[in-house]
Amino acid sequence: MLSVERVSKVYETRSGPYKVFDDISFTLERGRHIGILGRNGAGKSTLIRLISGAEQPTTGRIRRGMRVSWPLAFVGAFAGNLTGLDNLKFVCRAYGVDYKPLIPWVENFCELGGFFREPVMHYSHGMMTRLAFALSMAIEFDCFLIDEAMIVGDARFHERCHYELFQKRKDRSFILVSHDVNAIKKYCENAVVLHNGRLMTFPNVDAAYTFYLETLADKPEALEQWRM
Amino acid sequence: MNAARGDSPFLQSFAIQIRVLHALMMREVITRYGRDNLGVLWLVGEPMIFTIGVATLWSAAGLTHGGTGIPIVAFAVTGYSSVLMWRNATSQCSAGIEQNKPLLFHRSVLIVDVFLTRIALEIIGATSSFIVLAVFFTFIGWMPMPDDLMLVIEGWLMLAWFGASLALLVGGGTAFSNLVHRLWHPIAYLLFPMSGAAFMVEWLPKKLQDVVLVLPMVHGVELLRHGYFGSVVRTHYDIGYMATCCLVLSLCGLYVVREASRRVEF
Repeated sequence: MLSVERVSKVYETRSGPYKVFDDISFTLERGRHIGILGRNGAGKSTLIRLISGAEQPTTGRIRRGMRVSWPLAFVGAFAGNLTGLDNLKFVCRAYGVDYKPLIPWVENFCELGGFFREPVMHYSHGMMTRLAFALSMAIEFDCFLIDEAMIVGDARFHERCHYELFQKRKDRSFILVSHDVNAIKKYCENAVVLHNGRLMTFPNVDAAYTFYLETLADKPEALEQWRM
Repeated sequence: MNAARGDSPFLQSFAIQIRVLHALMMREVITRYGRDNLGVLWLVGEPMIFTIGVATLWSAAGLTHGGTGIPIVAFAVTGYSSVLMWRNATSQCSAGIEQNKPLLFHRSVLIVDVFLTRIALEIIGATSSFIVLAVFFTFIGWMPMPDDLMLVIEGWLMLAWFGASLALLVGGGTAFSNLVHRLWHPIAYLLFPMSGAAFMVEWLPKKLQDVVLVLPMVHGVELLRHGYFGSVVRTHYDIGYMATCCLVLSLCGLYVVREASRRVEF
């Protein structure tokens, strides 16, 4: 089980401390799928980074009772002066996985050709995304963190990502950040909404989405109603 | 501090750390020395070229130290190798966070791992180059055999400890302010002439002796040279003092590094 316990995150900015969210909690059982909704800037990506453990919460704690991935297809997690293959080796060594049997699959999935053995700083964004996604699939995680906005690519790439994730690995947990309610409805049993530094939980995806639409319309009373 | 390791029992955390250190070590070796040309031989080659250069310059400048009986090459090798021990590890760590930022995104990769990897590589490099140079120059007769090998090793280990603790402190400090990274370079240059690499404490006036002996690394170099040259020259060192300084630096360094890992942002 993954549990986020009373977590807040404050960033230092030039104009003083900025609180992204305050005292948020939720849990995710093994094999369950949850969506995160929220307006731009609500802190969705920050929450994903905290859950992945790349950054530490300012207060509170996050317990990971399962192997949690890094944010899927996040291109910033790889060394630019290493080749695609070297990055695969690094990730495998760090996670304790033998990289040799994985090379053919990763190479085939990335469709990078000879560039797989070139430094990744020479990759286009699309190439980088394919490599990053393939590397996240190379390690067997129990829980995947998915920020849909990061998985940029053509329709075929999307299709292959969806197959790898939502079909081959549907028994795993995942946390899906998306603005697309259809994706969340299709893949998640429930959703939460990040709004004004708080995390709202709902009985089902529809209720969460209704609230999310109200926050989009920027109706302050939406929040008030919910508080009642 | 770290949830990934904090959640696991000690042995499991230890296994993860060993894996991560191995992965980082391979990554550093590839990016810094490449697969082309001499590759990993540069780990030894870089400090070797420095030491040979310095030894040559000093020899050419005729710095014979007025009949003190210390051969200039041996003096340069012991001196410059000692500088490499504390300077390179610290410089590498002061750039460590920035250069490994993407890899720190992985939960199991911590700042302290980046530093430990870089410190280990620098110590391995400086030690190998010291051994290779000493053996080579002794073989061709430019350098005497060490008088007391155990003292040499003791001095070397103390310098390694000093280098490692300084590297942790400075490297960790860079997470708090970029000023630390910027200031380290001028400080390293200023420390070099005072570090005991280019003089013996005995040659200084008494007042100056007391000043340079505040610097911990001077004690290490003096000990190293005591081991190397024996009683040819009178040496001044207090290993208790140096150990105390190293201990304090290590504790401060570890504390700063722990705090630094809470501050990483992407």
